[in-house]
Amino acid sequence: MLSYTLKRLLQAIPTLLVVITLSFFLMRVAPGGPFDGERRLPPEIEQNLRAAYHLDEPLPMQYLRYLGDLVQGDLGPSFKYKDFDVSELISQGFPASLELGMWAILAALLIGVPLGVIAAIRRNSTADYVVMSTALAGIAVPNFVIAPLLALVFGVLLGWLPAGGWNGGAWQNLLLPVVALSIQQIAYIARMMRASMIEVLGSHYIRTARAKGLSEWKVILRHALRPAMLPVVSYLGPAIAGIITGSVVIEQIFGIPGIGRYFVQGALNRDYTLVMGTVVFYGALILLLNLIVDLLYSMLDPQIRYDD
Amino acid sequence: MSPTSPMQCAASLSAGLLLSVLPLSLGASGSAMAAESTSQSEQILRIANGAEPGSLDPQQTNGTWETRITRDLFEPLIAYSADGKLIPGLAERWESSADGLSWTFHLREGLEWSDGTPLTAEDAVFALRRLLTPATAAHNATLYYPIVNTRAVNTGALAPEQLGVATPDAQTLTITLSHPSATLEQTLAMSEAAPLPRHVITANGADWTRPANMVTSGAFVLNEWTPQSHITLTPNARYHAADTVALDEVVYLPIEESHAALNRFRASEVEIAYGVPASHYTWIQDNLAAALHTYPILGEYFYVFNLREGSPVADQRIRRALNLATRREVITERILGMGQIPSWHFVPRALGEHQGARFDFADWSMDRRMAKARELMADAGYGPETPLELTLRYNTLEDHKKIAVALGAMWKPLGVKVTLTNTEAAVHYRDLALGDFEVGRYGMIATIADAYDFLNAFSSDNTSNAPGLSSPTYDALIEAAAREGDVGTRQRQLHDAEQYLLDNDVVLPLYDYVTSSLVDPAISGWAPNALDVHPSRYLQLDTSH
Repeated sequence: MLSYTLKRLLQAIPTLLVVITLSFFLMRVAPGGPFDGERRLPPEIEQNLRAAYHLDEPLPMQYLRYLGDLVQGDLGPSFKYKDFDVSELISQGFPASLELGMWAILAALLIGVPLGVIAAIRRNSTADYVVMSTALAGIAVPNFVIAPLLALVFGVLLGWLPAGGWNGGAWQNLLLPVVALSIQQIAYIARMMRASMIEVLGSHYIRTARAKGLSEWKVILRHALRPAMLPVVSYLGPAIAGIITGSVVIEQIFGIPGIGRYFVQGALNRDYTLVMGTVVFYGALILLLNLIVDLLYSMLDPQIRYDD
Repeated sequence: MSPTSPMQCAASLSAGLLLSVLPLSLGASGSAMAAESTSQSEQILRIANGAEPGSLDPQQTNGTWETRITRDLFEPLIAYSADGKLIPGLAERWESSADGLSWTFHLREGLEWSDGTPLTAEDAVFALRRLLTPATAAHNATLYYPIVNTRAVNTGALAPEQLGVATPDAQTLTITLSHPSATLEQTLAMSEAAPLPRHVITANGADWTRPANMVTSGAFVLNEWTPQSHITLTPNARYHAADTVALDEVVYLPIEESHAALNRFRASEVEIAYGVPASHYTWIQDNLAAALHTYPILGEYFYVFNLREGSPVADQRIRRALNLATRREVITERILGMGQIPSWHFVPRALGEHQGARFDFADWSMDRRMAKARELMADAGYGPETPLELTLRYNTLEDHKKIAVALGAMWKPLGVKVTLTNTEAAVHYRDLALGDFEVGRYGMIATIADAYDFLNAFSSDNTSNAPGLSSPTYDALIEAAAREGDVGTRQRQLHDAEQYLLDNDVVLPLYDYVTSSLVDPAISGWAPNALDVHPSRYLQLDTSH
């Protein structure tokens, strides 16, 4: 297992390098630059700016410079947020995104999994229909509709919770964004769990377990749940990476100081270093979480072993 | 020149747009004015400030959401009053020589930085040299070009020490100009021109703006800065007018989404919200009337024509026809509805002292205008049977799209078939500057209250000259105005330049910008003004309200 993990970590390096290289050059071929605005800068001032960020050097040179800095853990200064390095922006914003995202994933698992199981064992019952149509609605209604609605109803009209703000991650400030962020995940997980549970419940070893005279609950909890979780677990890798790196919509509506906005703003502002920083960070996170998911697999499914 | 708004980028994502009807239905029964909530005994002012500042180094900022904060932290030699007038700042008085080439500024007695270090004229010189060094890459550097050697210093040809500024003694700063400048005082009133703490910048380098390091000269000091979360300022006890500052704390919140800002205001989580969602404007007028302030600012919304050879609008008859057929009131009243001022001019009318020029057809009836427009189009060889195909470009934003669609409809009776093309702002402005367009949307907001700031953009060698105007007459007027010390003569020159733009249909002006803010009625000392400056040092919360 250890050597497998090491091998996977080593394999991640060329993958990341490909991601970095592609993003670096794609970003540079995109038309428009970081200093293009309503009023164009006089040439001498634009020249000063380009020199300040080494943009006056040939592109391959800039690429090598970026890689060199990256190896030393330096993601460079942001073009837009000039007082901060990209690594500082990410390290200051990530805790908020992580906290919010982990609560949302936790809520999604704790609610989505049982809902899916219930829908599967009460298949074609009223409970099933209610759960599944609610889930469908949850998937269909995007969070940029749900989030302002929650802020309006609970923050403005009822005044029970803050309409926005982070306040160091106080539960009152977390509640609405967690709900907004988890609704879709709950829906996805419930649907996935239902389908997978139905499939598992139809398999031979479940029939055997039932034939042994085990109670239905024991059959489900002891024999069906673990294998039925597999698709959910493999979904969780990328889902967690997506959620804990923040959501620009949720962050903007609730005023959360996360890193989700940097993905979008970085690209729109042609903030090259910020875009690269978020891409590297997100890429590394996905690779790491996929590895964790694969390792979890071996715990859930005895047929999977990563032997040395 | 500041970008119109940080919300432009965010607005395409803007969540609330889809929900624009909701508060209309739910809101009426909801919590009323935010006013009753601010019953803290402490004077804490929370401001929904648009976006996260790109920097708190005053020399790296130029958006209103940035200078609002840096102006609280750093006082320039010349400051702004609550209603946006120039008043003495760190300099208690100043005078210029008879030829307007030599300016002397006298600093107030006993000025100190917030850490107790004496603030001297050396700090002012240090700041100006730093601002105009190539490495600072100041956006507005050209505004300082009247100062001797500025251009050479800014391009690296001369050392910063060669800049035409000097300190005869610790209390006095002299500035030498190479030609008279009517805008020097306004330029020096920008927060980027404020004296800077030499000792702190030398010691901390780029990290000098961190709360632990920053030392200020303004009414407030930087207490906390968590990016994308909040910036907290507390009073500076060593400020020269510290006893007049009422607030105990100012909290700037970077809320980009205007619907979110409205919600926070309604939930009494902020006392001031800069920018309101256009989709809710009527609702706000009906329900938050006492808090709503809408006022013209120094900004112009217009389209530029590509005058370069080969462009379909290189023919002035066509440009005039399009200008004639544009119903500006329809755009301001039916599409926007926030009190924007229809433009028959180019320089915004909020610029009080500027005697503006006008289109000669401004008073014509619509029928007369349409008849003339059809005649011109027919002359140029176009009409309903032989349509002119025209591409209208705008940067991606819902309001820009609505306006572009409306223009297409207004021009249709002339036999103009309009194709709309939109791109994100960075691409849009680059393409316009490169001349890769036919008719393109543009917007300008003034950095300083001066018509020159708008008109200079169309000099032949200006990089913002998107139309590609190349007119010796126009260039001569602009050049003369830049060097003119006499206010009356200069106004005439600028008037003539503006009239030239209109007479030659270089632009298609649509309206003067307005801005809207929500200000808790419990706040006093807040006054609408065209520059949209509202220093926190004048603001006070009526806690008994």
